[in-house]
Amino acid sequence: MVDPPRRTLRLEAPRSWQTLNLAELWAYRELLFFFVWRDVKVRYKQTVLGALWAIIQPLTTTFAFALLFGRLGGMARHVDGPYALHVFAGMLPWTFFANAVTLAANSLVGSGHLISKVYFPRLLVPLAAIASGLLDFAIAFVGLLVMMAVYGVAPSASMLAAPLFVAGTIAAAAGTGILFAALVVTFRDVRYIITFALQLWLFASPVLYPLDMIPARWRLLYAVNPMAGLVAGFRASVVGGPAPADVILVSSASAAVLLLAAVRYFVQVERRFADVI
Amino acid sequence: MSSDAIDIHGLGKRYAIGATPIGRTTLGESLTDWVTGPWRRFRELSRPGERAAQFWALKEVTLKIAVGEVVGIIGPNGAGKSTLLKILSRITAPTEGYVDLHGRVSSLLEVGTGFHPDLTGRENIFLNGAILGMFRAEIVRKLDAIVAFAELEQFIDTPVKHYSSGMYVRLAFSVAAHLEPEILIIDEVLSVGDLHFRNKCLGRMQDLRSEGRTVLFVSHDLTSVRQLCSRAVMLQHGRIVDDGPPGEVTRRYERLYHDAAGNSSGAADRLHPPHTYHLRRVELRTMRGEIASQFDAGDVMEIHLWSSGRAPENSYTVEFKLLNSDDEVISFGAANPVQTTYYPADAEHFVCRLGPLPLTEGSYAFSFTVGVWNKERWDFWQKAVRFTIGRCDPFGTGHGISNVNDGDFVIPQEWLTGN
Repeated sequence: MVDPPRRTLRLEAPRSWQTLNLAELWAYRELLFFFVWRDVKVRYKQTVLGALWAIIQPLTTTFAFALLFGRLGGMARHVDGPYALHVFAGMLPWTFFANAVTLAANSLVGSGHLISKVYFPRLLVPLAAIASGLLDFAIAFVGLLVMMAVYGVAPSASMLAAPLFVAGTIAAAAGTGILFAALVVTFRDVRYIITFALQLWLFASPVLYPLDMIPARWRLLYAVNPMAGLVAGFRASVVGGPAPADVILVSSASAAVLLLAAVRYFVQVERRFADVI
Repeated sequence: MSSDAIDIHGLGKRYAIGATPIGRTTLGESLTDWVTGPWRRFRELSRPGERAAQFWALKEVTLKIAVGEVVGIIGPNGAGKSTLLKILSRITAPTEGYVDLHGRVSSLLEVGTGFHPDLTGRENIFLNGAILGMFRAEIVRKLDAIVAFAELEQFIDTPVKHYSSGMYVRLAFSVAAHLEPEILIIDEVLSVGDLHFRNKCLGRMQDLRSEGRTVLFVSHDLTSVRQLCSRAVMLQHGRIVDDGPPGEVTRRYERLYHDAAGNSSGAADRLHPPHTYHLRRVELRTMRGEIASQFDAGDVMEIHLWSSGRAPENSYTVEFKLLNSDDEVISFGAANPVQTTYYPADAEHFVCRLGPLPLTEGSYAFSFTVGVWNKERWDFWQKAVRFTIGRCDPFGTGHGISNVNDGDFVIPQEWLTGN
């Protein structure tokens, strides 16, 4: 019998500068799939409405905000087309982002038992939390298409650009989620920060108001918030609206930097997780 | 290429002991702490181990394990066994030294890691299998075998939250038993499940051994270390203190720990013996010569006793009194006059072969006396050693008889119909 050459694995003290092992991450892709599969499967078990919650959640917030800001606040005047559609189109990437960040941030601590018993690349845990939100996003997107039909807004060829903005939103959510996940392991306070940080973040993103309400000279600074360009870009590609290229560029770059920095920090501290979790 | 499967070199692991300030005395101090505390705690959390007290859980551990060896790691609590396992399983990183693992490693620090109560048995097999490092295709291929091994064919599509704990453990162990690693690292997982299933698991371990796989096995159960392992390593205070054939190492371990702690290992050394002639050590052994603290009804036991040296005179006796779990004397035996053995002054090691034991399930103890019958008592060692009867079913009915309700003895009996 011919044995395949044995692989040798060396375990030693972590070096001061850790690098992300992409090959290992790839080797564990099936586990990522199983984590996502588990999260999706468990999320809607023993619920009556099941996956409908993926639509109901952004829809109810949309109508609450449409009533509050659109009718009472007079925001509807600043928007071309139906205000509710404007909000829902922005609420879609935002809901995905906010849910993904919240789930990812708590994912490591929630999997503490797993982390102290089995080895796998720890990055899979927040990544799975983020990926499991994509199904909800897809379902809600169908809801958006229905809403567009109701309001008589026809989709245009620009919708082909939507996946790019979704990808950007995933990157931004992954960056924020991974960073918070690693921080929460050491500083549990961060959990409490996340809730109100996301509330403020919503108002710092063009979800309830159109991008052009921000004065032009502040707009690039505003675009440092990755969700600014991504929400505006997603909405523009699906239902129309302003989406200046410079804003989108700055936001995308910001999302990319955030993701890289978060992964960098994560791999730097992940060897410690089992000792402090 | 070396034929080592695991090569551990100078391994050390340092932990910081959580040193939190306690005993605030004044309101002023509490207020100061309320203001400066967050900053101090922030610094402590961001740099663990810098200011807190340090503790080496493992230090300078060097060990080579050849391919095909089954090595048992034993040691008292806090000796560093779990830390060693965690490093080998890549859960935590060493502080110094290194480990080279040659081959595919599976580590089982518990069974059923990652089981989700809301998922069905089948779904959990996939999830748990993936967590343990199996590929989807591999799990699909082994699914039927896993279900059959767990004997859960009927319930495989039921959420595991409805399982009994026995079913849960069976399913979890079945997944683990179908791993095919070159190196297997396991932690006490054999101590689960009922007797029937435990035997099945032991069988599986024997298979692994005969397939030439390398196994590292951490256990408190010295009997399984003796049964399964080809080598035993004893850890103490984070260092290797003994390494050799499992029989010898576990014996030395028993002498070192169980005895001193007065623990029921089936052997004991006298902690505070009188200065004059006395009994110093006792061992309860099975007929195979192993020290044991658990016997079954019907077993024959050997009591081995050692004295401190030369006895004051010739022709003396050694006696035992058997006590039940309420410390009542329930039986008695003696070298003489019950038997006709008169020990000479230079005898230092006494053996009593006792049984078959007619005792019911429960805990018992021996007290020993040495002296001249009806004349002199040189030493009385009260409750020297404890043992338990694990199973009492003399008539093979499947119903154990316990000393809680049914007395301490079972007398041989026959039941007939009279006229």
